[in-house]
Amino acid sequence: MTEGIGARVLRKEDKRFLMGKGRYTDDIVEPNQAYAAFVRSPYAHAEVKSIDASAAEGMDGVVAVLNGEQLTGDGIGNIICGWAVTQKDGSGMNMGAWSALATNKVRYVGDAVAVVIADSIEQARNAAEAVEVDYKILPAVAQSVDALASGAPEIHENAPGNVVFDWEIGELAPTDAALEGAAHITEMEITNNRLAPNPMEPRSAIATFNAAEDHYTLYTTSQNPHVARLVLSAFYQVAPEHKLRVIAPDVGGGFGSKIYIYPEEITCLWASMKTNRSVKWTSDRTEAFLTDAHGRDHVSTAKIGFDKDHKIVGLKVNTKANLGAYMSLFSSAVPTYLYATLLSGQYNISNIYCDVQAVYTNTVPVDAYRGAGRPEACYLLERIMETAARELGVSPAELRRKNFVTSFPHETPVIMTYDSGDFATNQEQAMTAADFDGFEARRAEAASRGKLRGIGFSNYIEACGIAPSAAVGSLGAGVGLWESAEVRVNPVGTIEVLTGSHSHGQGHETTFTQVVAERFGLPTENIQIVHGDTDKVQFGMGTYGSRSGAVGMSAIFKALDKVEAKAKKIAAHVLEASEDDIVIEGGEVKVAGTDKTMGWHEVGLAAYTGHNLPEGMEPGLKETSFYDPTNFTFPAGCYICEVEVDPDTGVTDIIQFVASDDFGTIINPMIVEGQVHGGIAQGIGQAMLENVVYDDDAQQLSASYMDYAMPRADDLPNYSVHHASTECPGNPLGMKGCGEAGAIGSPPAVINAITDAIGNNDLSMPATPSKVWAALQAASAKQAAE
Amino acid sequence: MELSGEYRIAASKAEVWAALNDAEVLERCIPGCEELDKSSDTEMSAKVALKIGPVKARFNGNVTLENLDPPNAYSIVGEGQGGVAGFAKGGADVQLAEDGDETILTYQANAQVGGKIAQLGSRLIKSTSAKLADKFFANFRDALEPQEEGAEG
Repeated sequence: MTEGIGARVLRKEDKRFLMGKGRYTDDIVEPNQAYAAFVRSPYAHAEVKSIDASAAEGMDGVVAVLNGEQLTGDGIGNIICGWAVTQKDGSGMNMGAWSALATNKVRYVGDAVAVVIADSIEQARNAAEAVEVDYKILPAVAQSVDALASGAPEIHENAPGNVVFDWEIGELAPTDAALEGAAHITEMEITNNRLAPNPMEPRSAIATFNAAEDHYTLYTTSQNPHVARLVLSAFYQVAPEHKLRVIAPDVGGGFGSKIYIYPEEITCLWASMKTNRSVKWTSDRTEAFLTDAHGRDHVSTAKIGFDKDHKIVGLKVNTKANLGAYMSLFSSAVPTYLYATLLSGQYNISNIYCDVQAVYTNTVPVDAYRGAGRPEACYLLERIMETAARELGVSPAELRRKNFVTSFPHETPVIMTYDSGDFATNQEQAMTAADFDGFEARRAEAASRGKLRGIGFSNYIEACGIAPSAAVGSLGAGVGLWESAEVRVNPVGTIEVLTGSHSHGQGHETTFTQVVAERFGLPTENIQIVHGDTDKVQFGMGTYGSRSGAVGMSAIFKALDKVEAKAKKIAAHVLEASEDDIVIEGGEVKVAGTDKTMGWHEVGLAAYTGHNLPEGMEPGLKETSFYDPTNFTFPAGCYICEVEVDPDTGVTDIIQFVASDDFGTIINPMIVEGQVHGGIAQGIGQAMLENVVYDDDAQQLSASYMDYAMPRADDLPNYSVHHASTECPGNPLGMKGCGEAGAIGSPPAVINAITDAIGNNDLSMPATPSKVWAALQAASAKQAAE
Repeated sequence: MELSGEYRIAASKAEVWAALNDAEVLERCIPGCEELDKSSDTEMSAKVALKIGPVKARFNGNVTLENLDPPNAYSIVGEGQGGVAGFAKGGADVQLAEDGDETILTYQANAQVGGKIAQLGSRLIKSTSAKLADKFFANFRDALEPQEEGAEG
């Protein structure tokens, strides 16, 4: 079977992309469509005293100028966070109101106060410029630590001191006691820099209200169209669910930023109803920097203790998480349940305590970005482990190995139960591939050329396949995190799979097809994956958190079980055999041990003609499954990065990057390698290049590619990617997920390598040449003083 | 962002002071200035077209003169709105000192920008501002100093 599970099948979707025939939201053209341009605040914090649209309204082509008073007046609800986090003292979180168009106050640069609808995009933009907004400027704050200081400007009335919530996990007293008795303590301040997600396709929406049917259609760049429809209906009251169709056609990357329902989609839907026109909006790149939910932005202190045998006795962490100006859809879950629950890493740690202050600032809202909380946990833990190894004078590999979890299931003090893994094998495989033993010789050789060579580890674990619905419900999630699939066998035997997962670069049309092909021995060309349209697909929770394999494909697997069972019943009836003797392989349905056989297509035809079915059986061959996972899945691995630093300039070259991952079952190694390559590229981007910069007035200074440095091909090495898999016991395919691992595991490996090279652990991301050079100078000065 | 500078002008302190308060002279000297209307002795409104990096915008603004100490010093404070390009505000303290027949002008200026100019042009603001300040004072000096005949520009 060359196209089943484990085969390097070329991506089916690439044909249309390579031919330029992808169909993205901005490609959708509705008759008589108008264009939206948003009037955005240039101030980070200001009262909106008045909006004068009279000049704009009189301009050529302008259909309407609409504002927040009108929007709320029409009953459009505030944007909400869908995950309720409970504070230390038992109270709920302090969620401030977020209207799709700001009414009395703007809270970040880019906050929309009005929208112009016009016949052309140019007319809309020109008129937006003519809308006069009178602002009373208020003091603003961009950094979480500053927002928590006394006297900081108050951003939301109902969040005193700008605290959204103060949350904790683990046991404080036992952790303090364990650290008290430790033989060695390592302490660090660790900042996880703020990132902009930068999918290649910017966000876009086109909304059409059909007055004759009171029906709305929204094409939008969404990772989860059903969730978008649910939230737009249930919370924002734009339209009832059965009167709203949401379609996410081809979507060019998301990385988390397209999970959420943003002000622009809500406004387009509402404006379409107001103007009786289709309304289209497509973000430009600077608008994307100003409005797409950012990622990371944690400031933490961490303390880890070891006994005299170098076993970890306790870990205590405090984190200030910047949530930006408003609470985005999953913003509360990222720095809590997706972060602190992973602080045990690959290690056996009896005592962990973490508390998190989530903070409002006058910045773009922060939410999940590739990895979402797990990169922050991994970076913190893997940097402090490497630093501790240096302080203890032991090999970083050895210190980790000594503390690995080795038996499963393993319950951590931060509510996760690891179900499988083999951390030592992955580490060994990575060390062999990286020729770790030969490193000192390479370091000496580099020194002879005047270069500083360093090596760094990162042993990551993360939680994917979110997640058991009851479990996330008990933690505050407003939705269940199952997935659905429908497998339709057509009368001619071809198969359509309707999935609630959404593909926006992951290659589902290929990998999902492989799972079906494997089951029945059919060629993949006979199988079609349908996704992204609420009118076609039953329901779905969408794609994020590396869940489409472990959860989405499990739903397909379960639906295939039902199809297979019914097909066997039909075949047994037609072939006059026992159901238990029927086997399906190579596109044939056979009675085992005999020459009795029928083609797969004949079973389909029998099901749909209904001429000769078992007594009482309904015709048709189409089955649905709603699969609810039993646990998170735990991809893990070991990454080793080797760098050379030029001491004169601080320029760092990544010489080698080795990854050894445990993703469980792999459906298509080529696609998995692509995910690892892309994830590591984004992680190296965070470690060395990318940074969202705000000035003291909370003006965003890095809102274009001239100022925000994305990784380019010549910044990246050739990756050495390996796998050492253990099967995940939690789902039928044994899958763990691979979409985020690269972005989670790579940043600490890079920084650990650079700090090893320069002999100074005090280095923050992004490690630009000037920062590396300064850290090197500080290390030399310290050495000279000693 | 802070800037400062010093210029030697071949004119008396009284002449320099008068020019510093002359809207017509200022209009000619401010780079990109399209209009400067005096509404009182200390208040003016201005229209200035500027290009900072990729952002080109026309700013409508108000200019106020403060801390007047004729003929020795004043502060000039301004704020301008550039539409979707964002906003700029800033000020300069200007001092005059006599040196024989000539006058030495010193200034300390600060500027803040927001919106699109900050997002796209922040790296260029300091160099652009320094260039604009230089151009202004060079223009100002030329306006006061008698031009040599036949001198090449």
